[in-house]
Amino acid sequence: MTEHTDELYQQVILEHNKHPRNFVKLCPCTHEAEGYNPLCGDHLSVYLRITPEGVVNEVSFYGDGCAISKASASMMTAAVKGKTVDEAKLLFEEFRKLVMKETDAAQPQQLLGKLAVFSGIWKYPSRVKCAILAWHTMKGALDKEKSVSTE
Amino acid sequence: MTFDVEKIRKDFPNLSTRGRDEKPLIYFDNAATTFKPCQVISSTHAHYCHRTANIHRGVHYLSEEATAAYESSREKVRSFLNARDNFEIIFTKGATESINLVAHSYGRKFIKSGDEVIISEMEHHSNIVPWQMLREETGCVIKVIPFNDQGELLMDEYRKLLTSRTRLVSIVHVSNSMGTVNPVKEIIALAHAAGAVVLVDAAQGVSHEPIDVQDWDCDFLAFSGHKLYGPTGVGVLYGKQALLETMPPYQGGGDMILSVSFDKTIFNRLPFKFEAGTPNIAGVIALGDAISYVKAVGWEGVSAYKNELLAYGHKLLETVPGLRMIGTAKHKAPIFSFILQDIHPHDIGTLIDREGVAIRTGHHCTQPVMKHFNIPATARASLAFYNTKDELDIFVKALHKIIEVFK
Ligand SMILES: Cc1ncc(COP(=O)(O)O)c(C=O)c1O
Repeated sequence: MTEHTDELYQQVILEHNKHPRNFVKLCPCTHEAEGYNPLCGDHLSVYLRITPEGVVNEVSFYGDGCAISKASASMMTAAVKGKTVDEAKLLFEEFRKLVMKETDAAQPQQLLGKLAVFSGIWKYPSRVKCAILAWHTMKGALDKEKSVSTE
Repeated sequence: MTFDVEKIRKDFPNLSTRGRDEKPLIYFDNAATTFKPCQVISSTHAHYCHRTANIHRGVHYLSEEATAAYESSREKVRSFLNARDNFEIIFTKGATESINLVAHSYGRKFIKSGDEVIISEMEHHSNIVPWQMLREETGCVIKVIPFNDQGELLMDEYRKLLTSRTRLVSIVHVSNSMGTVNPVKEIIALAHAAGAVVLVDAAQGVSHEPIDVQDWDCDFLAFSGHKLYGPTGVGVLYGKQALLETMPPYQGGGDMILSVSFDKTIFNRLPFKFEAGTPNIAGVIALGDAISYVKAVGWEGVSAYKNELLAYGHKLLETVPGLRMIGTAKHKAPIFSFILQDIHPHDIGTLIDREGVAIRTGHHCTQPVMKHFNIPATARASLAFYNTKDELDIFVKALHKIIEVFK
């Protein structure tokens, strides 16, 4: 495959696709939401267990999707676990800016860490929705929305 | 006359466009829309350079020229479909609008509560939703002809669905998601025996084989210009005169009336009754040129060549490990819909695009077909007469590479 493809389908993404982290229905949980991408048929649920102090104690996802959406969901759970609700929402905002290319290239996103593997996805507008689906769903769960769609 | 694909390719400028990363483009998304030959592109250009005028309403020279060109397009469509009369050809904006016209006009007048409409499990959403909207309004019943795992309609089941309450059968000629060519003539004969009228969705079929509406004896037929090497935004509804005469207008406006006063409006005769407002004049004329082009290329050579592509493609794809073809009907157009191991079709679509190959991935507006196979989506390569075996070779090589990436 060409260089550019490697940019999107990097080892990290392929690996998370193959062995997704926290890929289970979390029960009981305090927050959950369902995300759907009608274009791809990607369909996943995000579950969170949040402590009374507002810390994401446990987070998981379950569902079907392409490699991009699955890897993104897997990495999302790893990223928000242990964060406060406010931090998780901030992370969502940073990730959204990254994939929409609203970030300032001179200012590397330290908050995002490994999630920077998605920085090239803006070149594939039809795939941005795949990358952001789990994040929108997580945010929806925190905001107590039942169902989230990227359309 | 032998079929010379290299000569034909020269007529389609878009074939020499580069794909992503400057890769030579392989366009395998012809079921979504086809490329246009120079003859069609220059027709549109020439129209706006030399013949811009409204039609049917001017006495000046340009308006008469434009009207003549527009109406000669209607004659080309008539002859292409072998309809009896020009006024049985109605220009619309596409197959979708043509189907909606029938559902709205014929459906609301003649289909009542408890009456039955038969469609099939392999319909495009545009031949499902208008009937559901009609059901919402009238309380009619929708029945669905199932298909087998090869993607062939179960004709025995169809026979059982036909009753004295069946008013209309609306059926796809060639499936856009599986490539199946349905036995349209037989379906029509059975429907007529039960007293029902038939609408054929020929959106895919119109570029696949010659259509003779008199031989088929279909009552309505719908297609889009943009899948027949013509422009977007123009399509056709063919209807038998006797039926069209009894149907109320679909939209009101200019051109579809003879006289208007605030007390009474007299509707125009066919086909103008169904062509309210200024139509896509340049588009209709260019569609006529697309049809002239297809006729000049000739069906005989095209059919043999497309069958060659189909057989070659199937043979090649059999060599790809873990590839499952969705749609293996005996009668097929060169549409290859498939799933590959557990690799999501969208990942295939993006990765193969990097190799310059344009395919479609998703449910192809046929979600019931996806449900039949219990899959969310397929990858689909759909070929036109300007595609080649060399392109199929590159495509299949790229699939092998994708398997490596996901190993
Ligand atoms: C079988 C079939 N029917 C109907 C349509 C609708 O055509 P259009 O969108 O041009 O109206 C399509 C287009 O994909 C099709 O493949």
